[in-house]
This record gives sequence, C-alpha cells and structure tokens, in this order.
Amino acid sequence: MATINAIQESIIEDFGMLDGDMEMTIGYIMELGAKLPDFPEEYRNDDNIVKGCQSKVWLFAKLEDGKVEYVADSNTAITKGLVSLLTTILSGQTPDDILNADLFFKERIGMNRFIGTQRSNGFGAMIKQMQLYALALKSKIEA
Amino acid sequence: MVETALNIEEIRKEFPILHQQVNGKPLVYFDNAATSQKPQSVIDALTHYYNTDNANIHRGIHTLAERSTTAFENTRKAVAKFLNSREVEEIIFTKGTTEGINLVAATFGRKFIKDGDEIIISALEHHSNIVPWQILCEENGCTLKVIPVNDKGELLMDEYDKLLSDKTKLVSVNYISNALGTINPVKEIIDKAHKVGAKVLIDAAQAAPHATLDVQALDCDFLAFSAHKVYGPTGVGALYGKRDLLEAMPPYQGGGEMIKDVSFSGTTYNDIPYKFEAGTPNIGEVIALKAALDFVNELGLENIAAYEHELLEYANELLADVDGFIPVGTADNKASVISFLIEGVHPFDLGQILDAKGIAVRTGHHCAQPLMERFQIEGTVRASFSVYNTKEEIKYFVEALKAAIKMFK
Repeated sequence: MATINAIQESIIEDFGMLDGDMEMTIGYIMELGAKLPDFPEEYRNDDNIVKGCQSKVWLFAKLEDGKVEYVADSNTAITKGLVSLLTTILSGQTPDDILNADLFFKERIGMNRFIGTQRSNGFGAMIKQMQLYALALKSKIEA
Repeated sequence: MVETALNIEEIRKEFPILHQQVNGKPLVYFDNAATSQKPQSVIDALTHYYNTDNANIHRGIHTLAERSTTAFENTRKAVAKFLNSREVEEIIFTKGTTEGINLVAATFGRKFIKDGDEIIISALEHHSNIVPWQILCEENGCTLKVIPVNDKGELLMDEYDKLLSDKTKLVSVNYISNALGTINPVKEIIDKAHKVGAKVLIDAAQAAPHATLDVQALDCDFLAFSAHKVYGPTGVGALYGKRDLLEAMPPYQGGGEMIKDVSFSGTTYNDIPYKFEAGTPNIGEVIALKAALDFVNELGLENIAAYEHELLEYANELLADVDGFIPVGTADNKASVISFLIEGVHPFDLGQILDAKGIAVRTGHHCAQPLMERFQIEGTVRASFSVYNTKEEIKYFVEALKAAIKMFK
C-alpha cells in the first residue's frame, strides 16, 4: 500500500493534467465518485451520515488487519467524488498514519476554488469524521 | 410573441458586473430572485455620497448634514411615489423585507395580537415570513394558520376562506413566491381579510422588481420590500404602513431618531416614520435606492414585467425539450422564475456544473423549507430572470444544461 503522501502526490499530478479547467475538474471528480465501490446497505443509516455536509454523505469505517477501511456514499455525484478522493487517500492506512496525516493535496490542487465555500466546509466535515473513526478504531486496537 | 419596448443591449451596458468572464466563460446571471445586479447610476450614487456628502442625518446643521438629510428624505419621497402611499410619513426605512416583517411582528403583533387570536400565512412563504410569526405565537399564545397550495404551487383560495374568522388578526403573505415565482391574488386576499377585520401585510420582496405596487389600490395595511432585489444596494428596505396603524403601534427599537425627549422619568417618542428608525441608518444605501427606483421608473415596471414574461415563455419553450426536466411550480400566473429538477441529477451538482460554465443559478430550498416539504423534495434549481437578461443567455443556459445532463448519463 502506498503511503498517504505518495497517494496525495499522485492525485496532485492527476489534477495538474486538468490544467485548472473548472468543468473538466468537476467531470473528473464525478468520475472518481462513479468508481466508488457500492455502499453496503446495512450501513446506510442516520448514525453514519456526516454532519455538516449540505449533501447527504454516508461514511463507515472498520479495521482490517490493523488498517482502516472506509466505505462511503453520497446522494450527489460531486460529493461522491470528493469522498472517493478521501477514501482513496486514507483507506488501507493505519489509524496512526491517518491521525497524523497532513492532507496537503487540498491546497496543492486548489480544492476550494473548485468546490466553493459550502462544499469546502462539507469536505472538512468528511475529513474530521474519517479521523474520528480512526481514533475510535485506534482505541479498539489498544484495548 | 410581442417584441419588447426596451433596448436590452443598452440596458446591459448600464450594468458593469455583467461584462466579465466567470470560470473562463461569459457570466450569465440567473440568480436575480436572490439579488439583482446594480446599474452604474446606483453605484455612482453610493460613491458620490461617500465622496462628497457623507454626514449623519437629521441632527447636524452643517452643509454636509443638510445635503445627506435632503437626499435621504428624497428617497423616502421616491419610495412613497413608487408604492403610491398616501403620505410620505407612511414609509419607514428598514434593513430589508425581513426587518420590515419583524418590525410588524414585534410592534403591531405584540400590542394587538393576543392569546387565542390567529395569524394566517401561506405555504409559499420564505422563512422570513414564517419565523417572526412563530416567535410571536410562542410569546403571545396566538396560532399560526397556513393557506395550502395545489400541485401547481397556487394558493388554495377555498381553504383560505375556511381559515378566515373573527379570530384572524393578521394575514401575511408574499405577493410573488421566491421559490416558485407564483404571483398570488393579493387583492382578493386583502379584501377577504378586511371583511373579518384582519390586517394584511404584503411581503413584496419579489414583487418590487417585477410588479407595479400600489398600496392604495391594494388597500394593504403593511407592505415590505428590499432595495437589493430592485437594483438597489443591500442592507436597505422599506416598510409601508397605514398612518393610523403606525401611530397606534409601539416603537420597535430604542435610541437615536426615535425619541422626542428623554429623561430618566420617561421618554416621549418621535412622530412617524422616525419613531421606527432608531440609530444611524444605512444612509448612503438609502440615498442610492432612489437611483435604483429612478432606473426602474425610467424603464417602466410594466415594460420590465412584459419583457421578463417574454424571457419566461422562451425559457419554458426550450426547457420542455430537455431530457428529464421536471418543473416545480407551474402556476398560471407566474413571475420570471423557473424552479426545476432534472430526473436523477442532484440540484447541487447541476448548480456547480452550470457555475463552471459561467452560469449563476440558485440551488437548494430557497429559504422555503416547508414549501419544499410540501412537494416532498430537498430543493430545486432556480433560474430567475431580470430585465438585463437575454434570450441568447437562455439559449446558452439550456444548451449548458443539456451538456451537464450528459455528464450524468
């Protein structure tokens, strides 16, 4: 499994190829969302909805061999793409790596410019929720 | 189709903001129901005030105070004329429609609406014409009743008749719905309310830029509108109230212009309209509102409404051809607002893709969540047209919409 930073560098490179074109970038983000694996229906409940997102985002995490595996879904295609970006970066990593991660890709690809303030806040809420899952799963390992 | 009496290209030249690119595409501004753009004359009036006349009003004896006071009061006269109020004193400056409604709730409402009384609003209201009445009902023990709408987004007037009774003390409805564009039969609503002795407040936020407002012909008791939706600055609006009601109402806020004499043993309040204008107002913006009203008067509201209707019909015609197009709100009598959904596509996604194409539309619940609930939807995409919009822009919008939909298939 590549490191969080290596995955981020690869994402930055992909976005760089889009040359800052708003439409193409949104299209690319939507494509990422379409590639997200099917969300297990048993996790689609209110407890797993990320608070602070305007769109509906379902997020769940579990431990597999000491690594955090995230599953996610959204009712909007762009948000689904955004959460897909995050699961690509953080899934398969250890709780400690997730908690210590510096998600520099957001600045480097100029995420705020593409998604606007409201969605940026929602994006922040998704990251926070992923970290909370990592923290909870870390406690589980330590217990 | 009737050709417009207006020269739209000339009108567009007066709006500097329209001549720019957004995300590499020419700006198409279709979010006029949220706020309209400002003509150069309004921007100049603001700049002139701050460059030349800036001074506090009503109290100073120096030249600048005199100039700003005169200009401020000239706007009051212009608003009185715009609304055809009987007297200039019946016009109170506010921060906007929301403050106008809150003012009536906090003064007229607290004094004249009591436990057991009823207030009627409609299912088409935005939150500003719901929440102030809910607050009042919580405080006073009165009850809020709601006129329902049919599937086209039109008020069910039969149901309104059933809600009216001698318990009804106030009816507060919008003239035009911000979310759907429905134009309500306000004259009928007012006449029926008066028959049971109720007073009527008209929320004219959406009507001011599109419909001729005549408070005497309507015989409404209160009417509120915002400057920023009628080509004027933000943070300013006006409330019309009949003189006898305004005089009978207690003040809204304390301080500044609303007093006549203050001593620790008691205070005498100023006459209307100053009784309701505490503190230093948004002077420059009020002054610039006159320039906005002059702009509207010069074009003629009837001409504006006719042209916007032409845009609405053209858009409806083109949109009928869009795959999965679902209009929300199809009232027979509508302002230039198209609220819609595209089957299988979330409004937020559409709004974002249209923005990437330089098109500004509103997405979401439009601060009318109960109405969205009525239609069992989270929100819509709303394109709202103004006098400076063109058929070419609508054509580009519909093409952009079709391209966006393809991205989801």
